[in-house]
Amino acid sequence: MTPGSTTAACTALLRRDLTLAWRRRGDIAMPVLYALIVTTLFPFAVGPEPTLLARIAGGVVFVTVLLAVLLSLDQLFRADIEDGSMEQLMLAPQPLALLVGMKVLAHWITSALPLIVVAPLLASMLKLPSVAMPALVLALAIATPLLSLLGGVLVALTAGSKRSGMLLALMLLPLCVPVVIFAAGAVAAAQEGLPWIAPIAWLGAGLVMAVVLAPLASAAALRIAMDS
Amino acid sequence: MANWVPLWLHRLGSPPVFYRFAGAVRPWALGLAIALGAVALYAGLFVAPADYQQGDAYRIIFIHVPSAWMSLFIYGAMTLAAFVGLVWRIKIAETVAMESAPVGAAFTFITLVTGSLWGKPMWGTWWTWDARLTSELVLLFIYLGIVGLYHSFEDRRQGARAACFLVLVGAVNVPIVHFSVNWWNTLHQGSTVRLVGPSHIEASMLWPLLTMMAATKLYYIASLFARVRADLVASEGGKAWVRELLAREDGAA
Repeated sequence: MTPGSTTAACTALLRRDLTLAWRRRGDIAMPVLYALIVTTLFPFAVGPEPTLLARIAGGVVFVTVLLAVLLSLDQLFRADIEDGSMEQLMLAPQPLALLVGMKVLAHWITSALPLIVVAPLLASMLKLPSVAMPALVLALAIATPLLSLLGGVLVALTAGSKRSGMLLALMLLPLCVPVVIFAAGAVAAAQEGLPWIAPIAWLGAGLVMAVVLAPLASAAALRIAMDS
Repeated sequence: MANWVPLWLHRLGSPPVFYRFAGAVRPWALGLAIALGAVALYAGLFVAPADYQQGDAYRIIFIHVPSAWMSLFIYGAMTLAAFVGLVWRIKIAETVAMESAPVGAAFTFITLVTGSLWGKPMWGTWWTWDARLTSELVLLFIYLGIVGLYHSFEDRRQGARAACFLVLVGAVNVPIVHFSVNWWNTLHQGSTVRLVGPSHIEASMLWPLLTMMAATKLYYIASLFARVRADLVASEGGKAWVRELLAREDGAA
C-alpha cells in the first residue's frame, strides 16, 4: 500500500494502538477481572439458589460487561491527548472519522473481546442454561462494538476535561438502554426456548448505523472538545 | 417586507439587545403565566366535571399532562437552539439551550412524580417499566447528563458547545417518548389530545388543560429569559454594555 494513503494511515494507527496495548498486557486483564469479581458478588447478594440465578444470569452478565467496557472507555483518548498525538491526528490529511474508528476498533479488540471470551464462563457461574449460550455470545459480539462506538462519541465530548468517569456513565447509560433491552431480551427468549433472532437483528441494524455514523459524530465531538 | 423577521432575529443575537428584549417581555410573560395558571387550576379542580371512571382523582391530569408536554417541548426548543448555536456559532443560542436544560429537567421530574402519584390509586403501583415511563425517565437522565457535562468544563463556551452536541445526540429520545404508546404495548394510556383531528376528551376538561399548557409555556419563557439575562451579565461581566448597565442601575438606586 502506498505510504500516506488512508489505508496506510488506518493500518498504522491500528497497529500502533494494539502494540501499545500489548506492551501493557496486564491492563487487558483488568476488565476481565472486574467482570469476574462483580459476577461473583451476585450469588452473595441474592442468595445461591440456582433457579433465581439462572433467571437473572443473562441480564447480570450483560450489565457487568457493559460496565466493564464503560470503565475502560475512559482511557480511549486520554493517553493520546496527554502526549499531544491527538492533535497530530486531528491535523492529519486523512479523515479524522476513520482514524477515530480505528482507535475504537483497537479499544474493542483489547477490552471487549476478552470479555466476550470470558462471558460464557461468567454465565455458567450464574447457572445460565447452555441453550442460551449462543444467544449470549452473539448478543455480546454485536452489542459490545455498538457500546464502544456510542461510548467513543461521548468520550470524545469529555476529551481533555479532567472530570470523573461517573459523568461519562451518566451520559452513556441512558443511550445504552435500547442495547441492553434487545441483548437481554435475546438471551431471555433463548432461555425460554422462544425464537431469539429478532432482537439480534435489531442489534445488528443498530450496529450498522453506529459503524457509519458514530465515527463521524466522534470526530465532530473531538473537534468541539479540543477546540480551546 | 418579509425581511424584518430574519433581521430581528439577527439583532437578538447581540447580548445587550437580547438583554433589553428579555427584560421587557419577562414580567408580562410571568404575570400572564400566573394568571392563566390560576384560572386553569381553579377550573381543573372545581369547574371540570368528575371522571365517570376515576372520579375526582383524575384531576392531577391538569398538572401531569402540561408538565409532560413541556418536558418534550423544552427539549425540542433546546435541540433547535443547540443546532443554531453549533452551526452558526451564535452565543445566545448556546446560552438559551444551556439555560433551558434545568427547567426541562424540572418539568420532567414533575411529570414523573405526578404520574407516580396518579398511578398508585389507578394502576395499583407507584411505578412500572413500560415504554412511556421508561423513556421519560431516560429523558430525565439525558437532561441531567447535559447539565453535568456543561458544568464539567472550565471554559464556559467550550462546555456549552460540548453540551449542545449532547443535546443533538439525545434528541433521538423525544420521538421515542412521544410514540412509545403507539409502538409498544403500554400500561400508560394512548394519546387523547390531538393537534390534527378531534380530541378524545370532553370539552369541559380540555379547556383547562389547554389553558394550563399556555400557562406553562409562558412560565418557561419567563424563567428562560430571567436565566439567560443572569447568564449574560455573569459571562459578559467585563464588557462595556454590562458596566454601563450596572452604572445606570447604581445611579437609579
